[in-house]
Amino acid sequence: MASPAPGGAPHPYIPATEADRARMLERVGVADLDALFADLPAAMRDPAIDLPPALTEPELIALLEERAGENADASQPNFLGAGAYRRSIPAVAAHLTSRSEFVTAYTPYQPEISQGTLQSAFEYQSVVCELTGMNVSNTGLYDVASATAEACLLATRATRRGAVALLEPIHPGTIEVVRTYTRGAGLRVDILTSADAVSEEHACLVVQQPDFLGAIVDLEPLAEAAHESGVLLVTVADPFALGLLRSPGDAGADIVTGEGRDLAGAPAFGGPSLGLFAARSPFMRQMPGRIVGRTKELHEPPEGGEPRTGYVLTLQAREQFIRRERATSNVSTAQSLIALAFTITVQALGPQGLREAAELCYQRAHDAAARITGLPGYEVPVRGPWFQEFLVRGPLPAAELADRLRELGIGPGLDVSSRAEAEARDALLFAVTEATPDAHVDALVDALAEIGADA
Amino acid sequence: MSALRPGGDDFGARLSFDRGGPGRRAVDVPAWNGEATPLPDARLLRDSLRLPELSQGELVRYYTALSARNYGIDSGTYPLGSCTMKYNPKVDDLVASLPGFAGAHPQTPAEDAQGTLRTLLELRRGLAEATGLPAVSLAPAAGAQGELAGVLMITRALEDRGELETRRRILVPDSAHGTNPATAAMAGFTVTQIPTAADGSLDRATIEQELDESVAAVMVTAPNTLGLWEQGIEEVAGLIHEAGAYLYGDGANLNAIMGRVRYGDLGFDVVHLNLHKSFSTPHGGGGPGAGPVCCSKELAPYLPTPVVDECEDGVVQLTAPERSIGQLQQFHGNVGVLIRAYAYMRALGLEGLRAVSGQAELNANYLRALLHGYYDLPYDRPVLHEVVFSGSRQRKEHGVRTYDIAKRLIDHGFHPPTVYFPLIVDEALMMEPTETEPPEAIEALAEAMIAIAEEAERDPDTLHAAPLTAPIGRLDEANAARRPVLRWQEPEAED
Repeated sequence: MASPAPGGAPHPYIPATEADRARMLERVGVADLDALFADLPAAMRDPAIDLPPALTEPELIALLEERAGENADASQPNFLGAGAYRRSIPAVAAHLTSRSEFVTAYTPYQPEISQGTLQSAFEYQSVVCELTGMNVSNTGLYDVASATAEACLLATRATRRGAVALLEPIHPGTIEVVRTYTRGAGLRVDILTSADAVSEEHACLVVQQPDFLGAIVDLEPLAEAAHESGVLLVTVADPFALGLLRSPGDAGADIVTGEGRDLAGAPAFGGPSLGLFAARSPFMRQMPGRIVGRTKELHEPPEGGEPRTGYVLTLQAREQFIRRERATSNVSTAQSLIALAFTITVQALGPQGLREAAELCYQRAHDAAARITGLPGYEVPVRGPWFQEFLVRGPLPAAELADRLRELGIGPGLDVSSRAEAEARDALLFAVTEATPDAHVDALVDALAEIGADA
Repeated sequence: MSALRPGGDDFGARLSFDRGGPGRRAVDVPAWNGEATPLPDARLLRDSLRLPELSQGELVRYYTALSARNYGIDSGTYPLGSCTMKYNPKVDDLVASLPGFAGAHPQTPAEDAQGTLRTLLELRRGLAEATGLPAVSLAPAAGAQGELAGVLMITRALEDRGELETRRRILVPDSAHGTNPATAAMAGFTVTQIPTAADGSLDRATIEQELDESVAAVMVTAPNTLGLWEQGIEEVAGLIHEAGAYLYGDGANLNAIMGRVRYGDLGFDVVHLNLHKSFSTPHGGGGPGAGPVCCSKELAPYLPTPVVDECEDGVVQLTAPERSIGQLQQFHGNVGVLIRAYAYMRALGLEGLRAVSGQAELNANYLRALLHGYYDLPYDRPVLHEVVFSGSRQRKEHGVRTYDIAKRLIDHGFHPPTVYFPLIVDEALMMEPTETEPPEAIEALAEAMIAIAEEAERDPDTLHAAPLTAPIGRLDEANAARRPVLRWQEPEAED
């Protein structure tokens, strides 16, 4: 516990000492701090609040180190994917993103002293447009699922239709969030198992790429089917996979969302996350969230020369602080710093590096799957080309297989055995990426073999 | 490029895409030495990708130069009203990035994530104590998502009462943040705007007049955006409840009342907080934040999923409330931000949180006293955490606008205040020094504001041209919106 010196500052974060306060109170013309709260209802003032006592910095670090140690060791083998993937993050991304000029700024309302945030956001928009094949990106939303829900809202505004369709297999969290977000507008959410069921009642068809069970989706026929009924194609794409896969825009998508967290840094139990949101030009003025635009100075610089190039928040007539109840979304603060980390990772990899990393991921995952297929009693049900996730059906029911793996020190893939798809029956969904250590794959294969031999 | 002029001339004209050159790279990727699996059919693959090609050093210099063209709370005083730009403790970043926390996969079984979950549970309990509202979901990623959750919870409660068809209106004061009406509309309600009374408070008469069976909720920011307490809000809460509606609280300004009075005790049914404001997690240039939603026992079954709960056996788990509005994100919210907020709460304790609100108030009132007479105060009475001045005198007498005053403040080394908000104040300058500014910093800020007021009389043209010392001058925002350029293009593709 802390012990502030008598008359000293009350806390390292609060500089004014007793002498400072006395001087300030005199200038303000009140007797004590309590007098500043005179408008608050007297009967309810200073209630009993049960909070633990203050900790000094060393005590705080010790407590949280102990807590962090109560989580399972993240360096042990773990094959969970299902929306969050282990990636190799270049050291420069964490280093540059931790610069306090970026970290401790807020929304760039004053462009003259916010060019760092603004120009970085323009870089982000550019990267997202290149990856997705879209023309307009915002500066990022909360996460992939809320971004996809916003895409559904945009599609219903643009088409004036009252239903949206989501194509399985899609992340169950995405379905949940779309339901939450569309409840207010009273929209119908249809979960389809085939794109043939899309109709003129639907504003959009939402398709995940790769899909929830890992398969690479041929988007073009889906785009054609959707467009025939005047339905917009929303693609929920893994931006890392887009280093290898055809851009959704090229295949006919109208809106692309995605999750950027994996390329920004650690999974951190799911967040902070980053929702990518990009669309074709006609939807520019319907977009949710902040957008940064390029412009010039109004005047020549004081030292002479031509007006210089700068960046500003733009198309703000869409936004809540101007349009209020007629805004395209209520989004204000989003995930700016995570977007910066995402941008730096993608740019550090560059066009070659991103392709190589995505191919390495593909090769490692396929190699692991082939080794598991070769084990007696195991199969890897496949529905066509896939990227980094695969289903494993073993000699035991899925839940038991998962338990046995845990006993052997392996974090198993997600249990998807209760899903409707035939290939998911009795299966676990494993992810192997470019960042999964060889030793972890070896340990998994050994453990599966051991379990198979016992069964 | 000179280190003293970060980026050099017209730095903004050249993006990372325009730097470096073909064949350069900032990182390399391990080769695959195993057996190669053929790639999928070419029609499923991309044939080109345009991204910058920079060496590692070039990339680092580019983003370092960009950072030098930014101003954060670590750079200096940042009195951006309503945003609570206070010092962000570095230890909070340190503990959030401990490998045990950072490395946890979101689908990790609860028993393997007890460290994170127990931390979240204690944060949840602390926020319930601090707000006097017993039930909390930490899921919302930001204030606006917390608002959406809160209003959807009201929707669901009305549905269960069989009154959703009839209660279609939400009352919102005209001084509210824009997110309030935007959220109400997003949740499918009609917004009725309530004008502010002459003293800056809620117009009780209008609220009483509007309250009927068509009203679902009243959204109130407390303290309000003028930095004033809504006197008698506890009585208004009673009236709202009598009319069968709910009182929604925008907790963006919790910093002003921490440890002093609680939303639950006052009769608020549901409140969202902004942990990146009151609990001092870094603002990150516009997020990530966290916007927990706190509510009464009655509304608890509707909280968004997940909620952190302790089971009888002492294991902490994520659960779905019985009549939950559902998930707001694929996973569990901005957990890294929540850990920072927990560390902040533990570093302060109750006495510390009371010291926060006390000093935040004193600093705002000190600034108000120092600037009294130099700028108009449309609501000239003691304030809580922030003070709203008006530049209307400078505009009327010298043709200097609040916009000019804000830009000139940059030349004095300060971040400008929030301007032109709240909308009900003409030429508004909304200043929130926060408790972490020492008195000397507030005095220096006041001196700069006074110098600017004098300059407005003497040399208004300099103010119109400000800032003169920033990395870039005033930008053509109208042209940016009229002819949007929103992404990098190959140089020849530009007109």
